[in-house]
Amino acid sequence: MVHERVMEKLAILADAAKYDVSCSSSGSKRENKGKGLGDALGKGICHAYTEDGRCVSLLKILLTNHCIFDCAYCVSRKSNDVKRAAFTVQEVVDLTIGFYRRNYIEGLFLSSGIFDNPDYTMERLVRIVKKLRLEENFNGYIHLKAIPGASDELLKEAGLYADRLSVNVEMPTEQSLKLLAPDKNHIDVIKPMEYLKNEIVSYKEEKKLNYKAPLFAPAGQSTQMVIGATKENDMEILGMANYFYEQMNMKRVYYSGYVPISYDNRLPAIGTPVPMIRENRLYQADWLIRFYGFNVNEIVGFDQPNLDLDIDPKLGWALRNLNQFPVDINTADLELILRIPGIGVRSAYKIVAARKFKRLQPEDLQKLGIAYSRSKYFLAFASPFQLQRDLTSIQIKDHILNTQKSKYKNDFSNQLSLF
Amino acid sequence: MTQVIYDSTFEGWLSAVFEIYELKLEDVVFAKSEVSNALLFSDKHLVSTDLVKAKRVLNGLKQKLSKEGFANIYRAFLSEIDKIDETLFQYVKYIFSSSINVEGDLSNSPVLEVRKAAHLTGRESHRMEAFVRFKLTKDNLYYAIVEPDCDVLPLIERHFKNRYADQRWLIYDAKRKYGIYYDLENTTSVQLEFNANSNSSKFLAEICDDDEEFFQNLWRRYFSSVNIESRKNTKLHLQHMPKRYWKNLTEKIPNLKR
Repeated sequence: MVHERVMEKLAILADAAKYDVSCSSSGSKRENKGKGLGDALGKGICHAYTEDGRCVSLLKILLTNHCIFDCAYCVSRKSNDVKRAAFTVQEVVDLTIGFYRRNYIEGLFLSSGIFDNPDYTMERLVRIVKKLRLEENFNGYIHLKAIPGASDELLKEAGLYADRLSVNVEMPTEQSLKLLAPDKNHIDVIKPMEYLKNEIVSYKEEKKLNYKAPLFAPAGQSTQMVIGATKENDMEILGMANYFYEQMNMKRVYYSGYVPISYDNRLPAIGTPVPMIRENRLYQADWLIRFYGFNVNEIVGFDQPNLDLDIDPKLGWALRNLNQFPVDINTADLELILRIPGIGVRSAYKIVAARKFKRLQPEDLQKLGIAYSRSKYFLAFASPFQLQRDLTSIQIKDHILNTQKSKYKNDFSNQLSLF
Repeated sequence: MTQVIYDSTFEGWLSAVFEIYELKLEDVVFAKSEVSNALLFSDKHLVSTDLVKAKRVLNGLKQKLSKEGFANIYRAFLSEIDKIDETLFQYVKYIFSSSINVEGDLSNSPVLEVRKAAHLTGRESHRMEAFVRFKLTKDNLYYAIVEPDCDVLPLIERHFKNRYADQRWLIYDAKRKYGIYYDLENTTSVQLEFNANSNSSKFLAEICDDDEEFFQNLWRRYFSSVNIESRKNTKLHLQHMPKRYWKNLTEKIPNLKR
């Protein structure tokens, strides 16, 4: 490799790829075969964390940031005056292997600007993955971007070598997409998703009959929506996410708080803060839907189109549904315990295990590491039954907000600070 | 009170457990052979590590616990938390005294403490799977230095063996002064002295492969390029990458000065 040039390309093409927030490296079934390099079986690993606190799991780069499209929200848009660069196939292979062997990364996340046409771009991406798998015997994790508009044959080939594929919807609604990316349609994004979904389903069917069936995107597909660039509310965003989970069997939907990168007046101006709290709340809501048995309609609705920013969505739900409480953790079903604010999935399982041996008391819960100061408003203990005063939801909310140190507290302080 | 002295290995501790039962010792305190501390008024019982006895205790535990509960005993032992050998013994007594599996009885202190210790070791070994940074030497050895809070090398060996099946590697625990070495066939435990100043430029030039410095610089460049300045969150950064690990993390060591 020509050292200086590669260094420069890496800086440009990593910088351009960092707004894609997908970082997962888990859930694949790829094992090391025949004493090759790498193993992507099972759990993911975050090898480092950048100063913004985001994890670094994969070598996340663009093949090139040359692009024929002019999507306003994208840093690599055609009209943007940025340095352009392109890796050769061999450079990407050498970087991936060199980083992987040193245990810097779990694998490669390769995306690209669209140069020439979608098929040409996709063909290059596939060529790299194929080379890694077939010539280097590389079994690490590979996340490949499926380029909208690429042919089914190329997508199919990509699925044979990659662990995960993703097509980013970017804008939650068609109107926003039309506003910011006039060259694109939602259907261009939905079509490859649908194709991949069907291929993944039929791979799973085949796997049942023949355990040697070749892998096809064993870690499934994911997508990303940009949050806060356009005016969608959380109900629209979570509704769309729910559609992806239910209709497209998505493994993950990522929410990427918009980082202002443009003076375009259709977008938030440069210097506008990244909507990090909102992004956090959306992820919390996403978790409630995927791991806590909540339905999206319980979290947002027409009367409540946006998530509370000052409290998390589970507490928000509990306060709107006080009639469901108090819950007796010594007898209640797991599903109900999961709905108590301050009790997470692991804690819920701990409670269900521990209560077989004795009736749990408040001090037991504290010992188990449950956020008791938060959950106590929602718990019933047969005796003593002292904590259940009749508080209104507003009172409970005030109590909780006053006793807890929220990492976002400063953002909500309504006191004026003079200095 | 009897002071039960064992050789500080897991097998030694298991042998001790066996003998405590065999000799019906009561009111025991554990001590590791190197720390001959002064519990003046106690009897001493010296345990010699016996793999057969150790195995019998393990088999007994295996029958009483789930697969994970069983693995947690070893993990908890490796945590090296103060007095974990005593806590584990409390736990083992409870296990053998009960007719049912008690690992879920988390309001019982020894049960919970063992679980927490096992969790701590589990987190530390996951961290080491992430934070190992191999450097390539001129004779094609990938080596890394780590200083984990718990004794995790025995737990991460298989992970690295599966993953780096086609390269020779060595992971050295500078705190505990031993390493694991993989020779393309097997992994073995090795004792050696390691040059502490392995981050110096001179050391790199003498020992390391010609491209090693370039790759380290590429990685540093990558690490800084993927950061988003307007999302800066130092608290989160430190929470995930505590400072005590930085000296062995290539990306947290500034570019080499020549």
